[in-house]
Amino acid sequence: MAHTLSTLAYLVASVLFILALRGLSHPETSRRGNLYGMVGMGLAIVATLAQPGMGGGGLALILAGIVLGGGIGTALANRIQMTALPQLVAAFHSLVGLAAVFVAAAAFYNPESFGIGVPGDIKAGSLVEMSLGLAIGAITFSGSLIAFAKLQALMSGAPITFRGQHWLNLALGILLLVLVIAFVATGSGVLFWVIALLALGLGFLLIIPIGGADMPVVVSMLNSYSGWAAAGIGFTVGNLLLIVTGALVGASGAILSYIMCKGMNRSIVNVLLGGFGSDPAAAQAAGGGGPARPVKAGSPEDAAYLMKNAGKIIIVPGYGMAVAQAQQVLREMADLLKKEGVEVSYAIHPVAGRMPGHMNVLLAEANVPYDEVHELEEINPEFAEADVAYVIGANDVTNPAAKTDKSSAIYGMPILDVERAKTVFFVKRGMSSGYAGVENELFFRDNTMMLFGDAKKVTQQIVQALQK
Amino acid sequence: MNATDLANQASATAERALALAAQARQMAEAAAPAIAHGAAAAEPFLLLLTIFLLACFVGYHVVWNVTPALHSPLMGVTNAISSVIVVGAILATGLGDSWAAKAFGFLAVTLASVNIFGGFMVTRRMLAMFKKKG
Repeated sequence: MAHTLSTLAYLVASVLFILALRGLSHPETSRRGNLYGMVGMGLAIVATLAQPGMGGGGLALILAGIVLGGGIGTALANRIQMTALPQLVAAFHSLVGLAAVFVAAAAFYNPESFGIGVPGDIKAGSLVEMSLGLAIGAITFSGSLIAFAKLQALMSGAPITFRGQHWLNLALGILLLVLVIAFVATGSGVLFWVIALLALGLGFLLIIPIGGADMPVVVSMLNSYSGWAAAGIGFTVGNLLLIVTGALVGASGAILSYIMCKGMNRSIVNVLLGGFGSDPAAAQAAGGGGPARPVKAGSPEDAAYLMKNAGKIIIVPGYGMAVAQAQQVLREMADLLKKEGVEVSYAIHPVAGRMPGHMNVLLAEANVPYDEVHELEEINPEFAEADVAYVIGANDVTNPAAKTDKSSAIYGMPILDVERAKTVFFVKRGMSSGYAGVENELFFRDNTMMLFGDAKKVTQQIVQALQK
Repeated sequence: MNATDLANQASATAERALALAAQARQMAEAAAPAIAHGAAAAEPFLLLLTIFLLACFVGYHVVWNVTPALHSPLMGVTNAISSVIVVGAILATGLGDSWAAKAFGFLAVTLASVNIFGGFMVTRRMLAMFKKKG
């Protein structure tokens, strides 16, 4: 009876989780969706605590863990700056991975709790599932730690590559597989931890060659892994809710990775093998290497004057805006322009920023209404009618070489057609090329004006000029 | 060919059929326990696998409709719900009777709780910022 009840509760929780994801199809329903998720999680926890045999010291320990973890989680979530969101998400992914490792360990040392055997004599099928959950969990943990370190700038965002890297990873992967087979055959505790260590090393090696601007793919992928880890543990302990939820999260992360790859016109394999744009010689060659070409540099006052008299302006934010924390002052600029009767909208490239949807959250934080923010396909036709494209902290995603230059590293990548606007402003700190190491032809065009400086400072100066 | 031959042939065929039937029955009886055993062992896993694959499809279809503007909140929510692994952690802590299981369970409960609360809260913060014009 108790078992039927808890199974029913798990079923309801699964449905609530599906509704939570569904709610995110529109900003209007999204808050309700998040609420569904919370209710589903609450239900799952209560149903599990109500299982027979639960009580005494174990229960106290569980509640202590929930209070301790919940307190830390809530504090982190409330204090984090929105610009630091990608690293927070990466850190959270690492915790799911580590939790999966610990649950696998608990199931290994105390299989009776889950009805999968007794210590030393666990069913072979369960051992397979356990080692999968363990390995995926460990890879998620160490991979997310590296992603976190790169996003938090604890280590360089540049790809770390060395000779034979992919062969080493392949060899480690095969070794992991062999160890899993040996573990299933022997049920050895030593092998359990060897698998864990090897998977940790593999997660580390898989992420170090991937560069900073590819982080949206990495973060999505680790999101997906955390789901597969949960599903693996679900199979181990024979829990439907874990399996369903793990599958939902795994699929979700996989879709996001796919969308991010499509946004760069690269295959997932290409991103994972990493080292993109890491060859300085090639970058120089791509840049022409000839004498410096003249560019038109303008002052914030010039820009303010031009924008005030424009009819339609499209703002293109990129990672540079996030780094400079320029979103607030950017919105002030837009407000002043709107007062002058200018139509202002925002264009977001799918891979702008360091995680999927990064720019949208930052603009929302600055109180930019979401109906002024548009996706690439939606807004591209409008650039032809725009008087000004204000590109702030973005580069590669506007580079027309992606359409014309077959030899370019970014050829085929969908870009925002800022070149069609009557005037293009680039707010940039210098003339350096973008992440892909490709020079942007647009900088040298007659209708382009470079506004050199920090994104926030330049925009602030424009705001001051507009206020005069 | 006369009637006696025909009758003899028929009876011989019938006898052979009977013997075959008996043999088949014997084989079936011998196989039954093995089949029943195999089905019992394979069924739970197949059932779980079926559910898993169906859930993958549901996830695929639901997430495909998520608007790109909400991709960050989507990660927040999926991160929070993937911490449903807390269910396994609670079972390990509450039902386990070795110190190792309890210790690992406790650590897992704590880590998953950081995620559950952190994930839902940070998503709430993000979503609260998305406002319409006017």
